[in-house]
Amino acid sequence: MSALQDKYKQLIDAANSSGISNLQVTEQDNVLHIDGDAPNGAAKDKLWDIYGKIDPDFRAGDLILNVNVAASAGTKAKVTTDSTALNIRKGPGTDQPIVGKAAHNEMVTLQSKTNDQWWLIKTDSGVEGYAYAQYLSPQ
Amino acid sequence: MKLTKLFLAVFISASTMFFSCTPKDSDVQAKITEKFAATPDCAGASATVNKGVATLTGEVKDDMCKMTAESTAKSIKGVKSVINDLTVTPAVATPQTTTPDSGLMQGVTDATKDFPEVTATVNDGEITLTGNIKRADLPRLMQSLNSLKPKKINNQLTIK
Repeated sequence: MSALQDKYKQLIDAANSSGISNLQVTEQDNVLHIDGDAPNGAAKDKLWDIYGKIDPDFRAGDLILNVNVAASAGTKAKVTTDSTALNIRKGPGTDQPIVGKAAHNEMVTLQSKTNDQWWLIKTDSGVEGYAYAQYLSPQ
Repeated sequence: MKLTKLFLAVFISASTMFFSCTPKDSDVQAKITEKFAATPDCAGASATVNKGVATLTGEVKDDMCKMTAESTAKSIKGVKSVINDLTVTPAVATPQTTTPDSGLMQGVTDATKDFPEVTATVNDGEITLTGNIKRADLPRLMQSLNSLKPKKINNQLTIK
């Protein structure tokens, strides 16, 4: 086991035991990459909690934790902004025009995942567009 | 009392007879080694035999091979039980493909939009962060940036 895998052992063990699918642990240029799909938001949060305990300032620069929630079309997701409304945009990018907003804590429906950053969503009031995945928590 | 002694005598003689029929450990071990050599799946496995107990050690390529080696050893006459201490060679994972700078740049712009005091630069697949951020906001920013699959993140932010 490499020094990096040893340092992040607790994280790798947790990833193995919390049902992360397509889990890959690789090393490239002294950076450990952990990739996979989490079954839910809680599993992802758990990994980030552990990461935050090992490196509280996320400053070591020796880990890329790319574990995202695998959510399928039709899944309900909660808007988890700090307090503000979430912009819904015409296309996947902050340079795209805003077509609507979803309120803080509102439930929206996932239509499709463009990538790990942008999801196509639809609100209950019928507004459809792209929202930033970081502010959506699949239920 | 007499009966017990009799049973004991019968047992001892029976077991002596039984053991005398058992093949020698060294012969059993040689047979297992021979069988392993003839089975490609068992490459890397070796066995030692002690009182009919075969202990398998070494490294095989997958779980299937580990099972094959165990059943191969069990099939040899004289093997009473098998201790399977074989390890499986970890699969060599393909290196992650990291995102090229052009794709990263757009993603970084999106991820830092809500953090006006954060400046992010992208160079050769690495993201470098400078400026200020609130501690409470740091995990969210890091999660966004990690999901962009950069080669590395250099966090030089001042955490408030």
